[in-house]
Order: sequence, then C-alpha cells, then structure tokens
Amino acid sequence: MVDGFLVPLLKIVIVLNATLVGVTYMVLLERKVIAWAQSRLGPMRVGPYGILQPVADAVKLMIKEDITPVRADKWVFTAAPIIAMVPALIVYAVIPFGPEVSLFGRQVTLYITDINVGLLYIVSVASVGVYGIILAGYASNSKFPLLASLRASAQLISYEVAVTLTLVSVILVAGSLSMVSIVRAQESMGVWFAFIQPIAFVLFFIGGLAETNRAPFDLPEAEQELTGGFHTEYSGMRFALFFLAEYANMIVVSSVATTLFLGGWLRPFPNVAWLSFLGIIPSWGWFLLKSFFFLYVFIWVRATLPRYRYDQLMRLGWKVLIPLAILNLVVTGIVKVMLL
Amino acid sequence: MGEAIAFYTIAAFVLGFAVLVVSTKDTVHSVLFLVLDFLFVAALYVLLGAQFLAAIQVLVYAGGIVVLYLFVVMLVNLKRPPEAHQDPNRRGKLGFALSAAVLAELGAIAAYGYVRPAPALAQASQALPVTGNTEEVGWLLYTSYLIPFEIASMLLLVAMIGAIVLAKREL
Repeated sequence: MVDGFLVPLLKIVIVLNATLVGVTYMVLLERKVIAWAQSRLGPMRVGPYGILQPVADAVKLMIKEDITPVRADKWVFTAAPIIAMVPALIVYAVIPFGPEVSLFGRQVTLYITDINVGLLYIVSVASVGVYGIILAGYASNSKFPLLASLRASAQLISYEVAVTLTLVSVILVAGSLSMVSIVRAQESMGVWFAFIQPIAFVLFFIGGLAETNRAPFDLPEAEQELTGGFHTEYSGMRFALFFLAEYANMIVVSSVATTLFLGGWLRPFPNVAWLSFLGIIPSWGWFLLKSFFFLYVFIWVRATLPRYRYDQLMRLGWKVLIPLAILNLVVTGIVKVMLL
Repeated sequence: MGEAIAFYTIAAFVLGFAVLVVSTKDTVHSVLFLVLDFLFVAALYVLLGAQFLAAIQVLVYAGGIVVLYLFVVMLVNLKRPPEAHQDPNRRGKLGFALSAAVLAELGAIAAYGYVRPAPALAQASQALPVTGNTEEVGWLLYTSYLIPFEIASMLLLVAMIGAIVLAKREL
C-alpha cells in the first residue's frame, strides 16, 4: 500500500511543486541575468535583491481580470492554456533525478517511473503540446495571434524532426529507450554521451532552443512584428499558464539534455577513481547542477544573440540541422555495426 | 474485472468522440475531437500492454498528422457550414452500401475470431530472442513481417516523391 500508492503520489506532488516553484524562479533568474548583461540591476524592490518578486508576480497575475474576447471560440480559448500546460508537466514522470537511494529506512527511486519507452513518451507528449499554441492563436479570432501561431507551429514541426533524429542516434549508442537505462549505459561505458555524440548534442541543444520558442528562435513572440505573439488576447492566469508552460518546457529540455548527454545523475568522470571525492554532492545535486547549467545557457543565449528572420530559421532547420542529423545517424549506425 | 471496466470506458470514449468528429458543425472542433479520439486509442494500446504502439500512436497521429490537418482546416477557414444536402455529386446510396460492407466485414472478422480463437500470443513472444516491448516489435517487423514492412515503406516513399512532384511542377 505504502510503496505502491503513497510513495509515487508523494513523488508526484514533490516534483510538480518543485517544478512550478523552479519555473517562477527561472523567470526571476532570467530578468536578473539579462539585467546584469545590460548593466542594470533587475528587480530589486520586493524582498532583498528582489528574491520575492515571483510571489508578487503570481499574486498580480491571479487577481488580474480574466478577459475572453467576445468573438473568440470560447471552449477552445479556455482549453488552449490547459493543453499547453499539461504536456509540459506530465513529461516529468519519466525524468530520472537520481538512482535508487535509501531514505528513512526504505529504498526509494529518485524518479516517478521508468518505462520501457521513456524517451519516446517524452517526444510524443511534447508533440501534443503544439496544440496549445495553435489553438490559442486560432481561438482568439484575431490576426496577430493567428499569424504567430502559424509561425510557431511551422517552426515546432520543422525542428521536431531534427531533434527526434538526434535522439535516435543517442538511442543507438545506449541501446535503450528507457531514461534510466540510458544513464546506466553512460555509467558502464564510463563516458558522457556528449563526447561520443558531440554533433547530436549541439543539434539537440539548438533544436531545443527552437522547440521552446526561445531566442534566437523566438519568432512566435516577436513583439515588434506581432504585438506579443499567440497569447496576445490572453490575460491574467490564463496568460500565466502559457508563460509557465514555456519555462516548464525549458526545464524539460534541460533535463533531457542532462540525462542523454551529460550523464544524468552521474558525477563528472564517473570512471576516474581519484575523483570520487566529487561524490560528496549527492546524485540529484549533480543532476540539478547540470540542468541549471543548461538553463543558464538558455538565458545567456537570449541576452547575446539577435533574432533570426523567418526564412533564415526555416533554412537553418531544413537545410542544415536535418541533413546533419541524418548524416550523424547514418555514421552512428555504421560505426555501431562495424564495432559489433 | 478492472481491465474490463477500463476497456469499456475507453471504448465508450473512443466511439463517442468518433461520433462527435463527424457530427460537429465547426470543422476545427471536429479535428480536435479527432485528436481526443486518437489519444483514447493510445490508451487502449496501453491497456493491451503495447506501450511502444501507444507512444507511436500519439507521436505520429495525435501529434503529427492531425497538426497538419488542423493547419489546412485553419487556413481554408470554413466559416460557412457545408451544404451537403444540396451537393449534386453526393452519392448517398453508395455511401450507405460501403458502410454496410465495412460493417459486414467487421462482423465477419468478429465471428471468425469467436469460432477460431487466435493462437496464444504468449507462446509466440516467448520464442523471440529479445525482451521488451520495443525490441519485440522491431524483431517481428524485421523477421516475420519483413516484406509487408518494406512494401509499406516503399508506398510511403512513392507518396513522398509524388508530393514533391505535385508541389514543384518545374523540377
């Protein structure tokens, strides 16, 4: 009873809450880092150094008026933020934050579940998240959101192909689709897959930027051209849901990149014995550190690079990323067959 | 018992959404019900223990193909309700005949399955040299069902080339 029902439930509650708190503090981190990059201070007023800013933001968003445009498609307009948010959260079910540890005298796995098709589950759930964006643009019954949502969906579909192809080459190396087995494969090989699959690693990260609509691929939210993107007509908590979904997706991409390419919960150089003092940081600590690294790079890239033009974005996706990903996959396959 | 309840609940949802797909006036809503329908079919696969098929069902149908449907429906913007009954090309009788034929076929398959139950699948999967859902599907595709698999992939390739030829008249 306790192991079959209570423990998973507790894990789900902890992971969901940690994600949502993490998301709100990601927003603060982003504002702070971009402010520092531009020689500003960022939020300073709420709490010391502005650390209570997310609380103020949340309260503000919740008490704002929630407007549904008169000509909007009401049902779809209501459903769109939910459709955007739910896939971003349920992906965390298969992300391994750590191996099995003993906690309060019982063996507990630091992941909610480990399914045989874990990676495929993540890709397929993420592909459903596109609907939130398309439907938000359609249901608003307004030009700019519709244009933005068409842009967003074209972008997401294009980059999904490249990202999925890079994942396939990682699966070939690991020999499994299960997230835990992929980390275990890196443990037994004694090397992070970022070193075996460097091309896939870079392609995955670029594709991840595009999949989460982040700069330099944030065309769906280009303020200068679209007044604000697919969520222009949304206000209050519904707008906040889109915002949360975007940041939750960033955390998902970072976690998946950590698991697949940076050895998940493993310490750096897991096969070098004299570095075992690094084990002083617990496994989940390493996982969080590595994920944080990716999140920081996300913000860093946004503060550094200008936005792509739409045709440049499509050319990069179809003529550079996808051919490179296919080439990488073919080479990986050949090497794998030759070595066995 | 629990499995039966789950099956009938999911099956009811699948059929209910299928009816909504064809009966809704708004085309976009119709496409959305199709997505829900596909998701419940994926749930059926999970119930059968075919997680790989379920994930592929969501990835390819719910997340891939229907997004393109939605694209097309949104772009052509069918604000006017379709005037099906005034359409001179409407072939009602042919439609009914074809539906009846499909229904008869399904009934025949059900009856055949009832008279001659399928050979036990558990034995077949025990004979496979690999374990795990994905591995078993892959193994069967590349051994027992190699030729149908290759024919299906040829068909897809032909369709792809056809689409390129149609889209680019002057190659």
